[in-house]
Amino acid sequence: MSILKVKSSTLRSLAQTMLLLLWSTMAAWAGEPKGPSSQGTNIFAPASTPAKSIADLSVFVLVITGIIFLVVFALLVYSVVKFRGRAKDAGREPAQVYGSTQIELAWTIIPILIVVVLFLATARVIHAIQDAPEPAGALDVIAIGHQYWWEFRYPKLGIVTANELHIPVSDPNHPTPTFLQLLSADTDHSFWVPELAGKTDLIPNHPNSMWIDPQRTGVFLGQCAQYCGTQHAKMLLRISVDQTDDFGAWVRAQQKPAVEDAGAIAGRRVFERNACMNCHQVGGTPADGRFGPDLTHLMSRATIAAGATENTHDNLRLWIQNPGAIKPGCLMPAMKLSDPDLDAVVSYMETLN
Amino acid sequence: MASDAITLPVGQIEAKPWVDELHQWLTTVDHKRLGILYIASSLLFLAIGGVEALIIRIQLIHSHNNFVSPEVFNRMFTMHGTTMIFFVAMPILFGFANYLVPLMIGARDMAFPRLNAFSFWLSFLGGLLLYFSFLGGSGLYGAGSAPDVGWWSYAPLGSRAFSPGHSSDYWTLALLVSGFGSIGTAINIIATILCLRCPGMKLNRMPLLAWLNLVMAGMVLIAITPLSAAQIMLLIDRYLGGHFFDTQAGGSAVLWMHFFWIFGHPEVYILIIPCFAFMSEIIPVFSRKPIFGYPVMVAATVCIAFVSMSVWAHHIFTIGMNSYANSFFTLTTMVVGIPTGIKIFNWIGTMWGGRIQFKTAMLFSIAFLFQFLIAGLTGIMMAASPFDWQLSLSYFVVAHFHYVIVGGILFALFAAFYYWYPKMTGRMLSERLGNWHFWLFFIGFHLTFDVMHIPGILGMPRRIYTYEPGRGWDTLNLLITIGAFIQALAILLFVANLIISYFKGARAGNDPWDAWTLEWSTSSPPPAYNFATVPTVTSRRPLWDLKHPEDPDSRYE
Repeated sequence: MSILKVKSSTLRSLAQTMLLLLWSTMAAWAGEPKGPSSQGTNIFAPASTPAKSIADLSVFVLVITGIIFLVVFALLVYSVVKFRGRAKDAGREPAQVYGSTQIELAWTIIPILIVVVLFLATARVIHAIQDAPEPAGALDVIAIGHQYWWEFRYPKLGIVTANELHIPVSDPNHPTPTFLQLLSADTDHSFWVPELAGKTDLIPNHPNSMWIDPQRTGVFLGQCAQYCGTQHAKMLLRISVDQTDDFGAWVRAQQKPAVEDAGAIAGRRVFERNACMNCHQVGGTPADGRFGPDLTHLMSRATIAAGATENTHDNLRLWIQNPGAIKPGCLMPAMKLSDPDLDAVVSYMETLN
Repeated sequence: MASDAITLPVGQIEAKPWVDELHQWLTTVDHKRLGILYIASSLLFLAIGGVEALIIRIQLIHSHNNFVSPEVFNRMFTMHGTTMIFFVAMPILFGFANYLVPLMIGARDMAFPRLNAFSFWLSFLGGLLLYFSFLGGSGLYGAGSAPDVGWWSYAPLGSRAFSPGHSSDYWTLALLVSGFGSIGTAINIIATILCLRCPGMKLNRMPLLAWLNLVMAGMVLIAITPLSAAQIMLLIDRYLGGHFFDTQAGGSAVLWMHFFWIFGHPEVYILIIPCFAFMSEIIPVFSRKPIFGYPVMVAATVCIAFVSMSVWAHHIFTIGMNSYANSFFTLTTMVVGIPTGIKIFNWIGTMWGGRIQFKTAMLFSIAFLFQFLIAGLTGIMMAASPFDWQLSLSYFVVAHFHYVIVGGILFALFAAFYYWYPKMTGRMLSERLGNWHFWLFFIGFHLTFDVMHIPGILGMPRRIYTYEPGRGWDTLNLLITIGAFIQALAILLFVANLIISYFKGARAGNDPWDAWTLEWSTSSPPPAYNFATVPTVTSRRPLWDLKHPEDPDSRYE
């Protein structure tokens, strides 16, 4: 281990420089305009401990492999240039060399040493991330992957929501990490928010877990990374990392049952008369389906259709009228509502804040 | 020595009508003709798989593109992957092995010629079954056509609940049938090499190509069987009410992943080891030196074969294995880099002090070394499992394995084409077209696959039919698509070269490269019986001994 310590400390400053270089390159590539508060999806811009330790390890591995590349590439170029056939040698064969035990030994032993160093550095990070104990102040969330959306349940808080996960920011001195239990309702999915952690799959009959402790607020983007069916591409993820107070306010709002607005009673009737209620839940009403996202506080979400489009009046109307127009192949059927019914349901949805 | 031909009675060499010729090709048991059939059918599937790749690339040229529907896109990447691995890469390498192994060990055919023909036709039937899914895939259910479950067909996506109709069945049957063909060929290669070597060719005098194909064939036996078993289990699930992978009835999705990758990782080495074999023949001839460290090359290959059997779970680092399992597979995966590194060093050692001739075959070989080095190093990055938790299932991993399969395997195959085409047809491929082919393909390859690493680092998952704007992925994807079209153009030049040179190429003669292995001692193309008299060898380079009687290799054994 002492060799490793020396190696990693001498390489740390080099690693930091490389990291900065990479960041700036990546930032340049990712320079297209973004929403004001949303973050990118760059694995070298970590905002949470697991993503940070992975980024550090990655830079270490990049430096070592980079050095190997330079050495071998230099040897290759040198031998191609130096030993190119020349006209004056035509017809003569070079010295026939069959091998050399010393050289073979050298280029066996050096790679073995490199592998030992890389493995020890990696094993340390594996252990630190995978075997981290759950502290008392941690938030528990159950994430359930569905074809093609995310269900989030907060068992201790009694909240159910979809696609947009809200969690508190974690102060490194008083960490409040979020521990996610990952389940699947149908096929395999994978939970990937690159700036917060590496990905972990959601597999039916095979509960997994992961944790994140974001250290800055904002909306972090990600999406399903394991091919799960037709609309795998539009199974997007948003994690809103809130200040502790904002998070508390959000929790209290989500814990309330759905708003009962007398003005939207016509829309509610359409919703409950049609098959909508078989798949969707609206807290405090007879609608208690679980096949689709919970709609109790639909208007508290910035997007619909698992992040496929913004939650605006027109998009909501289009989505209910013809989901295939936004996500062809998604599992929500077009209910073929008449225009008055459609407008009524949209008005009802817009009261669910 | 063996180059003198047997003179045939005049009556037998009259021109035959084309029906007879076709009949001979369809019923042939000649290892050379079967080799060419393998290669030709693979080139056909290469063209089809290439078109599928171009459809994928056009769809991804910018965000929210609508060139094809998500259903079609998903079929395209499934068919592209399945086609390229099972119906291009494997059969084309079997084709070269079929053609070259008997010639290089001084045999007159494979050990089991009729099994050989049977294996080829099974593999080919597998490919036809896969593509018949476009017609028959929907079955009675009106559900889609070609399979759209990805080339791993992860459970439970491949089960009846999520893949109604017959598209998945065609996929399963195609792999099962061609898998039996692969097993037959592997048995044949092993038997041929162990039993049919010419007098004097001890195991330690065999050309490396024969050695490496022997190792590859052994791996096929070990790796294809679990895949076939899994396909049968999947069929039992789908039709006999089994629940191996049916998660809704308590089956295990993870079991399928292990079955698939315990095949899938050795498969990578099944494909790359024959390419190592090409390199180990071509680089020495164009460096004018024997291979550096022959015994070490053999040992490293056997070592790779063993270690690569215990690395499969690095494909599934994200499925939530515990930290000990992740550490184990990290270690084994890194260890496989050691013998692989030794091979690269030995090839450089072969060039070192040589007189390198930059024929097209050698250009492709040097590019292979360069690209395989990078592919190996990105492989080391993903062997570090935490790094892989970010990179796995992203475009970085797509770039990595295309670096192996295109930058490694396909470049090695092109080298093999330029090197052995004269032996197979009696005509040289055009060096001028070859240079254009090489440089265009080299530029296109690097534009596509160098750039493709970056969207992965920027969080772009694989297998998405479209993506959101504003993630920084648009420009990169445009460049990748442009590179893909440059590669397609280069492939067209290659095909043109194959066809034009067949009719107009310069006559090759027996030994156009001044090479050292037995296939160059007979005529081009070789007669049906390969060698009029079975050769006898006294060293690893029999033709060197013949050409340099004052300084034969046999003196140093």
